Amino acid sequence: MKALLIDFGSTYTKVTLVNLDPPGLIGTAQAPTTVATDLAEGLQQALDELAPNQLDRVGLTRACSSAAGGLKIVAIGLVPELTVKAAREAAMGAGGRVLAAYAHTLSDQELQEISVIQPDLILLAGGTDGGERRTILENAARLVDCAIEAPVVIAGNKAASDEAADLLQGRVRRVLVTGNVMPEVNVLNVEPARQAIRDLYLQEITKARGLDRIQQRFGLAMPTPLAVMKAGELLQRTLRQDVVLVDVGGATTDIHSFAAGKPARAGCVCKGLPEPFVKRTVEGDLGVRASALSLLNAVGAERLMADLALVDPSLADYGVPDIRDYAAKVFRQKDCLPEDRLEQACEGAMAVACVREALRRHAGWLTESYTPEGCLWVQQGKDLTGITCLVGTGGVLVHAGEPSSLLAAGLNQDDPLVLTPRPPHPGFPPGLKECGAQGLQLYLDRHYMLSAIGLLSEIEPEAARVLLEDDLEALRDALLRKGCHVAGE
Amino acid sequence: MVGQKRTVVLGVIGADVHAVANKILDLSISQAGFKVVNLGVMVSQEEFINAAVESDAGAILISSLYGHGEMDCRGLREKCVEAGIGDILLYAGGNLVVGKRTFDEVGRLFRSMGYNRVYPPGTMPEVAIADLQKDLGL
Repeated sequence: MKALLIDFGSTYTKVTLVNLDPPGLIGTAQAPTTVATDLAEGLQQALDELAPNQLDRVGLTRACSSAAGGLKIVAIGLVPELTVKAAREAAMGAGGRVLAAYAHTLSDQELQEISVIQPDLILLAGGTDGGERRTILENAARLVDCAIEAPVVIAGNKAASDEAADLLQGRVRRVLVTGNVMPEVNVLNVEPARQAIRDLYLQEITKARGLDRIQQRFGLAMPTPLAVMKAGELLQRTLRQDVVLVDVGGATTDIHSFAAGKPARAGCVCKGLPEPFVKRTVEGDLGVRASALSLLNAVGAERLMADLALVDPSLADYGVPDIRDYAAKVFRQKDCLPEDRLEQACEGAMAVACVREALRRHAGWLTESYTPEGCLWVQQGKDLTGITCLVGTGGVLVHAGEPSSLLAAGLNQDDPLVLTPRPPHPGFPPGLKECGAQGLQLYLDRHYMLSAIGLLSEIEPEAARVLLEDDLEALRDALLRKGCHVAGE
Repeated sequence: MVGQKRTVVLGVIGADVHAVANKILDLSISQAGFKVVNLGVMVSQEEFINAAVESDAGAILISSLYGHGEMDCRGLREKCVEAGIGDILLYAGGNLVVGKRTFDEVGRLFRSMGYNRVYPPGTMPEVAIADLQKDLGL
């Protein structure tokens, strides 16, 4: 039996055709997403790329979508560092994009912003179980007053949730009450909210987006980031190792970590809300097409020019291009591809900057604290320095000439107190001496099919695992092919 | 169910890592029927306030043993006022200051900083629990 797996992306609709018995990739194809007319048109164009007889005996079709801005979520909580943060974690873990997050009682201006954003869904939290209840009730009433109709998931103080739901019932398209994202101070509980968001996505949001026909015909099962996350979870379970997954897209850069991220050093105290084992962050200002200009703003042109020299050291001989020009060009023409070596280097430098900045924001960090007992390290967030498996995906990495160099360059952080995965060896590219058997291993999503594997993992986990192993290309092999010496080999 | 104002936030303030009394207080106050949000050691003023806001606590109980309590505790009442919980009970106890000052002086100092109750080293948990019950009208 064959399975057809579809990803309605923001730029391209990608189809992946696989055999299930025995598991194997048959082919992939893509065509521009036709979000303005009918998504099925772009899909048909992509399917036309495959040979007609290949599509015989397709017994299973599943789809995921991130078209038209993905799953847009507004998160509301009480204290920024506590329930607001917990609500954001839950929303991102459900594959959503958090377009805004608000603390305390919503102001008129914030309500106005929510009306403009037109979120697909509002996640309403606030208060520990049995704790503060006034704010969540006020916020529910204010959403009703402002005629905001988006479906609402209530994941706050259980002693106020039902009352909040009564206020919203009949006034918004749908209300779901689920477990509190932070039932006690500093206890994170994102799974019930994640599940509720997914239920609403299938039952309400696809309908509101006019995707219900797509859902019926092609089995639209989840937002694309969730499918990618499921592939990462499968990899983590298979390897029984901590995994970090980097997905550099045109509009966003996503980082997923599948790791507890506990301190790797002695004498370290953890602070802040605990981190979920499966953590996803989405950087809406880091990308290589729609977000090319905001990337320039976020990291600075000088830094990007420095990355340019790193990506292609011999570029100086050809005349160094101005990366600002390239960023402006790809921002205007989102479907254009690099045409020559200079443009390839620009593309690579932008990818490096996305990887580095997104990892920095995802990972935890250390601060020094001086006590009468001496210096202590205080850790906030996850320590990912000991990660041994890092996977790169997204068009710019998958289609790059040397994805290993881009990923490795993106791992070089300026600040040693940021707890990002450490590069395979210091001073990349020359020399691989420090890269021992226990070092970081880089992998590439060679056939750009992680979302397809994630879709399949829910139904055919064993086939998904085989496909995953075939798909991931170990990039150290690629480094070896380049003639680098690896210690002990 | 725990009544709302029966929740108290507990922790050791500043860069102090002395955890033993914190555990004893957590146990004793919980056994007395309070819901304890224990933030442990090395707790900043902001963490105390955030936890009190989310849990709708009736009191913040601060321990300090290492002698920097005066510096660490100063300004907390003002921040509580800013955070909308200006009338919350603030208790502090332990080895709160360095130098040779009588406990009367220390008590006056902390009351002037907005603390409702101040306890010298060696105070038994029962004393603070009785005060909590009285101050919260339980």
